[in-house]
Amino acid sequence: MTAATPGRGPQTLETGAFVVELDQFSGPLDLLLHLIREDELDITDLPIARIADQFLAVIHDLGLDRASDYLEMAARLLRIKAQMLLPRRIGEDDWEDPRAELVRRLLEYQQIRELVGWLQAAAAERAERFGRGFEAPAPDLPPPPLELQLNDLLAAAERVVALIPEPMLHRVVPRPLDVEGATRRIEALLAEREEFGWADLLDPGAGIVEILSAFLALLELAKRGTLSLRQPAAFAPVVIRRESPRETA
Amino acid sequence: MSPLAKLLEAALFAASRPLTVVELATLDPEASEDAVRGALAELRAAFGEDGHGVELAEIAGGWQFLTRAEYAEPLERAQFALRPRRLSPAALETLAIIAYRQPVGRLEVDEIRGVDSGAVIEKLVERGLIEVTARGEGLGRPLLYATTPQFLEILGLGGLGDLPRLDELSVALQPPTPAESE
Repeated sequence: MTAATPGRGPQTLETGAFVVELDQFSGPLDLLLHLIREDELDITDLPIARIADQFLAVIHDLGLDRASDYLEMAARLLRIKAQMLLPRRIGEDDWEDPRAELVRRLLEYQQIRELVGWLQAAAAERAERFGRGFEAPAPDLPPPPLELQLNDLLAAAERVVALIPEPMLHRVVPRPLDVEGATRRIEALLAEREEFGWADLLDPGAGIVEILSAFLALLELAKRGTLSLRQPAAFAPVVIRRESPRETA
Repeated sequence: MSPLAKLLEAALFAASRPLTVVELATLDPEASEDAVRGALAELRAAFGEDGHGVELAEIAGGWQFLTRAEYAEPLERAQFALRPRRLSPAALETLAIIAYRQPVGRLEVDEIRGVDSGAVIEKLVERGLIEVTARGEGLGRPLLYATTPQFLEILGLGGLGDLPRLDELSVALQPPTPAESE
């Protein structure tokens, strides 16, 4: 598993030349060390452009480019890469390697990783030897019932409410539909006439509630087969017509 | 075995935690700490050579009888004992940093690890492996953490001196330089 051409991180990834798992890294330094080891690079003389490109490609591929820790490292690498490109005079003595701080941190981190290995081994060895007084771990208890003070609850509710930017208040007024009344009215009209129009059904000043009630009553009666609805043309007034009552009705 | 060694054996058998030399010395008002140390060595040798199933281990600044590693599997299978849960790499990194830099604040741990370590530190405190021992100077007087005897116990170390010396590692570093500000 080696990355192919230097500085061609994304392409390398797309061809699947190496695959890395997100969970196996405990942070950007860990990932960086992994890349360095993978390519057997000299940590004290890092090819920074190449490693920066690889790092960017990998975190993009793993979706880590949203994690701030990884982003910060990416930015740092790019900055060092840019600094390395700056021209410097030959024989310039006070030139400071822009990679120095990163190399120091990488070495330090590498040391920590080595200690981790040591601790792991020590813990594993210790875990094989048992002291006295072992008690089997208690089974997981169900979570205790919620206990809280009324004041705490109110305070918590207030905090939640305070987060709502501007409460949208909407007054809801109950206006009960009178479908039954409308039904009686339609039936009375049908008894009188065989056919009538939508307009005959409603008073001139009918409000939304009356209109809805009448409409629902019409639909219900049409469903029952008491009447039929017909609209001669688009947007034309609906014609309501009496149907012969069913035997069962 | 000497009478003192037998007395220590009884005490160490009864205790379920490591007992320090100072604690063991209270068993017999006539016994000096040196005498206790001598008796401990005698006891350890007795349990080392005769082929016992348990051995006397020096752990976390004290002494404790532990079963021998070779019996871990059958004991665990029979559910007479249970290996503790392993620590995550993130937890071990954090422990390593705290062990060598203690007392140390969260920021320094974050800096070395390159990631936010707040949650890991909290868990380690919960497990009793580290504790707050001081507050640092500087902004907000940050909490400073140090390892606990429990830390030594889960690693089977007698003391912090049993940790590898940094210059023995393959990555030998100079003592930490003050962190450069970004």
